[in-house]
Amino acid sequence: MTTAERLRPRWLRREREIEPETRTNISSADRSRPVVRIWMGVGQIVVLVLLLVAGLGPLIWLALAAVSPTQDLIQGPFSFFSSGTVQWENLGIAWERGRIGHYLLNTAALALGSMVATLFISTTAAFVITVLRPRWGGLLSGAILATLFIPGIVSLVPLYLTVRDMPVLNISLVNTFWAVWLPAAATAFNVLIISRFLESIPAELYEAARIDGAGALRILWSIVLPLARPILGVVGLLTIVASWKDYLWPLLVLPNPDNQPVSVALPRLADQTELSVQMAALFLSLLVPVVLFLIFQRQFLRGASMSGGVKG
Amino acid sequence: MSEQARLSRSAVRPANRASGLTRRWRRARPGLVALGIALPAILVYLYFSWGPIVSSLIMSWQNPVPGGTAEWVGWDNFVYVLTDPGLPQAALNTVYYTVLAVLFGFPVPLALAVFISELKKRAWYFSGLAYLPVVVPPVVAILLWKFFYEPSDDGVFNSILGLVGIGPLPWLNSTAMAMPSIVLETTWAGAGSAVIIYIAALTSVPSELYEAAELDGAGIWKRVWHVTLPQMRGIIGTMLLLQVIGTMQIFTEPFLFTGGGPQNATKTLLMSVYDYAFIRVDYGAATALSVLLAVVLAFFSVAYLLLTRRWSRS
Repeated sequence: MTTAERLRPRWLRREREIEPETRTNISSADRSRPVVRIWMGVGQIVVLVLLLVAGLGPLIWLALAAVSPTQDLIQGPFSFFSSGTVQWENLGIAWERGRIGHYLLNTAALALGSMVATLFISTTAAFVITVLRPRWGGLLSGAILATLFIPGIVSLVPLYLTVRDMPVLNISLVNTFWAVWLPAAATAFNVLIISRFLESIPAELYEAARIDGAGALRILWSIVLPLARPILGVVGLLTIVASWKDYLWPLLVLPNPDNQPVSVALPRLADQTELSVQMAALFLSLLVPVVLFLIFQRQFLRGASMSGGVKG
Repeated sequence: MSEQARLSRSAVRPANRASGLTRRWRRARPGLVALGIALPAILVYLYFSWGPIVSSLIMSWQNPVPGGTAEWVGWDNFVYVLTDPGLPQAALNTVYYTVLAVLFGFPVPLALAVFISELKKRAWYFSGLAYLPVVVPPVVAILLWKFFYEPSDDGVFNSILGLVGIGPLPWLNSTAMAMPSIVLETTWAGAGSAVIIYIAALTSVPSELYEAAELDGAGIWKRVWHVTLPQMRGIIGTMLLLQVIGTMQIFTEPFLFTGGGPQNATKTLLMSVYDYAFIRVDYGAATALSVLLAVVLAFFSVAYLLLTRRWSRS
């Protein structure tokens, strides 16, 4: 918890009022000086305008373009509705004929399945390594953490061949969601951060449970899982975000359009449909993540601040 | 029974040392239950992590024959990819991309984070807005920006530039501008998460340092320069390494924006791997190139881990 607590930005802490204000660069003495006040005010307005243009601008443009006729978009990028029509049917066409709804469902299934697989694999591995500590635990954690040093690129081609023809089992996962779910679960970084969290739980808790007659599974279920909920939430969210953004891997292992996520389907749609429908399809694909972000803002930003060590 | 056990235990060992307890427990339990719980993880890591890594090393020495046994070809694959006339261009493009990404993508998020962390009120709006592009799925962002980059007078960016009398610029259509255009989009898409990470790191700068600097008469800018930035050294180094590791493996953006064109100006190393493996179906060459790239990146990964370890301790 200490790491999470420390990494959480000041403005995200709920107990802001109780805490003594941590000071920043500009002291309250500075703040009372008119020069500083004016510059901060000007700076705030300038930065806010720039952020609005850069952050919100493209999204608003897309929202307007999604309901514009192709003709207007070609005539000029800011001549929205110059022909006087708002084409709401763009959205319907993209949803029905472009099958955006279908692809979004696939995307959600891929993301949720990746999350479940990742949480299951990472938690059990971290639990064995940090709590049960069998004699071969060091070997296991070494083998998992060593993959942190090895860039993903090295295994791209053999991983594809593995998924196409699983060794020993002789089955192919191509065109099944398992081809995305299972490799996503083998992310060593998640084991690392869950392990660190479990290490911070006092060992007396586990010992007390064991004396009360709880087995390993019971300890995992009744002590570790409830206590680790915050960190599991972060890992789950990061997995969903990563899965939602992925393009190359699903492109390789899901050649059947019926199974593809929206990220793989959109470039193909873009080649086949007219501009207005294309923009409507982009807008619909954008809607879900943006709405999720607005609802789970706190978690998103906390996840982002923890992901300082995730990428790579 | 449990009460009795607890009593006898505390009598035997009054000092409840955590490590002693778990060690004792380990001895008491056979590893079979642990093995059962770890089994799914072991299988997943064997199949999807270690298996591919090992077979990548093996395949780079082989010439895989479809349906038959692969023959060993020694260094042939490595020689082949290293002498491929396309390699210098792809390598240069990748390094160029990485350098541009650092130049574009580094100062802005850092400055934004320092600014936002000074705000007493409404800092939330600023960081939320800065993070918004990160939420946009990359493929959506790429297709949208591709339209923005329309090279004619009526392109979105060109008509904005037209207002101030610049342009029209060719953007993705010229060999000189294609790569900077791609980097501009990836910077837009990624800056938000860097801002959030920096803001988080800024909260751990000790207040005493600012107070001491202020008492010594250092102005606000001097404090930023002599206190904030040195204190952020660790996280800045980490972010730099992460960015290098990440950008050296860039694929989706050049693939969807330009397909590597115009005239291979945006073809990256990972796109070469993709071409070898999935267009020419030469798995030996593809893995040889990935292994070479991975060796270079592994150095960065090791440096990154050493750095973060030091950073998280301090």
